[in-house]
Amino acid sequence: MQKEETARDAAGGRLSIRNVTKIYDPEGVNVMAVDDCSMDIAAGEVCMIVGPSGCGKTTLLNAIAGFHSITTGEIYLDDQLLCGPSKPQASMGADRIVVFQHGALFPWKTLLENVAYGPIVQGSMTKEQAHALGKVMLEEAGLSDVADKYPGEVSSGMARRVEIVRALINSPKVLLLDEPYRAMDALTKSIMHESLLEVYDRTKVTIFFITHDLEEAIFLGDRVYVMTTRPCKLKKVVDVNIPRPRDYKILSSEQFRLLVEEAKEAVHEEALKAFQAGERELA
Amino acid sequence: MTEMVQSGHDGPVVVRRSRLKKALSNVKFWRGLIAICVFLGLWEIGSRWESWFGVAFPYVGLIPAPSAVGLAATEVVTKIGYWTSWVDSFKRVFVGFMAAMILGIPFGLALAVNKYFRGIFFPPFEILRPIPPLAWVPASLIFWPTNEMSIAFVTFLGAFFTIVINVLGGARAIDVRYLRAAQSMGATQWDLFYKIILPGTLPSIFTGAAVGMGITWEVVLAAEMISGGGTQAGGGLGFFIWNSFMGGSLEQVVVGMISIGIAGYLSSSAVRALGDYFMPWRRLF
Repeated sequence: MQKEETARDAAGGRLSIRNVTKIYDPEGVNVMAVDDCSMDIAAGEVCMIVGPSGCGKTTLLNAIAGFHSITTGEIYLDDQLLCGPSKPQASMGADRIVVFQHGALFPWKTLLENVAYGPIVQGSMTKEQAHALGKVMLEEAGLSDVADKYPGEVSSGMARRVEIVRALINSPKVLLLDEPYRAMDALTKSIMHESLLEVYDRTKVTIFFITHDLEEAIFLGDRVYVMTTRPCKLKKVVDVNIPRPRDYKILSSEQFRLLVEEAKEAVHEEALKAFQAGERELA
Repeated sequence: MTEMVQSGHDGPVVVRRSRLKKALSNVKFWRGLIAICVFLGLWEIGSRWESWFGVAFPYVGLIPAPSAVGLAATEVVTKIGYWTSWVDSFKRVFVGFMAAMILGIPFGLALAVNKYFRGIFFPPFEILRPIPPLAWVPASLIFWPTNEMSIAFVTFLGAFFTIVINVLGGARAIDVRYLRAAQSMGATQWDLFYKIILPGTLPSIFTGAAVGMGITWEVVLAAEMISGGGTQAGGGLGFFIWNSFMGGSLEQVVVGMISIGIAGYLSSSAVRALGDYFMPWRRLF
C-alpha cells in the first residue's frame, strides 16, 4: 500500500485546496458559495465530495477545472499553482478533465471520434494514431461494439462510460466528476460503479467525485468529504478503509453499514440546515 | 440533386429500393394515395356539376376540372416556353438562395461569436428584417440596372434574414458544456469554432435553409408577376401563371400552380437530402 502511493506520487495528481473562498457578486448581491475551504487530496485518491444541494460543491469543481475564478485562496495541482491571488481563474487543461452531470459527448461525432478528440486538438497525435489508441481504449473498457455509433444511439450509461474513456485518453492527473450518475436508475448505477472501479484500479488516477449518494460515496471512495451547507466548507472527513479491489459484497458488510451511518449523521444535519434556510428564504 | 448526393454514399440503391417496397406495403402510403384520389374526384364532380345538373356548384364550379387541367398539361409540356419558365425560376431561386446561404451563414456566425460585431450589425439588421421582401421590389427595380438583378436581390433578401436569424440562434444556443469539454481537452479558438460551434449550428443552418427555401419560392413567383419579366428577362413560372391568366386560360393557371408545388417540393427535398448528408448523426431521429 505504502509502496503503491509513492509510485502514484511520481505520476502526480495531488490536489491541494487552501483556504479557498468564492463570492458570487451578481448585481451587487454577494452570495458566498465557498467559505475558507481547505482540503488535501493525495495523488491517486478517490475523493468523494458529499453535501446538500446547492452548497457550492460544483463551484469548487469549476474552480479546479478553470471554468470559474475564485475570490481568495489557492489551489495547487502537485506543486503547480492552478489559481491563487495572482491568477484568480485557472486555465483549462487536459490534466484535469471534467465528466459532466448530463454528459458532454459531442453529438455530431461518433463515440470513437469523441474519444480521439483530445489528442488530435492537442496536436500530440495524428488522426490515425488517435483513432487507433481510441479503439484500443474502448476495447479495454469493453465498448468496442459501439465505437462507430453516435452518442444519440446509445444509452446514457454507455455514453457516460465512453466519456470517461474520452477523459482518460488525455492521461489526466485528475478526473473531475460532477454527479455523473445522478439521473440513473439503481441497476445502471451499480454497473457504472463497477466499471469506474475497474478503470480506477487500472489507472489509479486521482478522482474528485461530487455526489449526493452516500452509499455511492463510500463504495467508491478512499475518503468521503462531507461539506456544510452554503457557504461550503469542510465539515467532516470519513476515511473508508475498505480494501481494494472492491465488489458488491461489501455493500452488505457491517463495516460498510457503520461508515454510511457515520457519514449520514453529518450529512443529515447539514441537509436539515439547508432545508430550513431554504424555507426561510421563501417566507 | 438528390441523386447526386445519394450516390456519394455506400449502397444507396439498396436503401432506396427497400424504401419504395416499404412504402408500397405501408397502409399510410395507400391511405395518402386514396385521399389524393378522393380529393381529385370531388374536384372533378364539382367542376362538372353545371353540365350535369344545370346549376353551377358554388366556387368549385368556377375552377377547371382536373381532367381539363391534365389535358392542358399534356399540351403545355410539349411547348419549350413552359420548360424555360421552369429553368428561369429555378435559376433565380438558386442564385438568390445560394447568395443568402453564402452571405448569411458567416454573417450569422460572426454575430454569434463576436459581441462587438453583434453590437454594430445586429440593430440595423433587426430594423431591416421585418420589412417583407416584396416591399423591396420597387426600390430594387430602381436601384438595380436590370430586372433580372432586382428579382435576384429580392429573392436573396427573402432567404437571407431567415437564415441569419436561425444561424445566430443556433450558434448561441450551443450548450456551454461542449465548449468547456473541448477547451479542457486543449481545443484552440479555431478548433472551438470549426469543430464545436459549426457542427453544433448545422441543425439550425438547415432549419433556416428549409424555411428560407420556401420563402424564396414565394418571393420569386411574386416578383416575376410584378415585374412582368416577359419583356426583358425570361418569364419564369410566375409570369407563366400571370400570362395564362391574362390570356384567359384557367387550365394553364392551374398547371402553373401545380408546377410550382412540384418545384417547391423538389427544392425542399434537395435541402433535406443535403441536411442528411452533412448531419449523419441526425438521421437517427
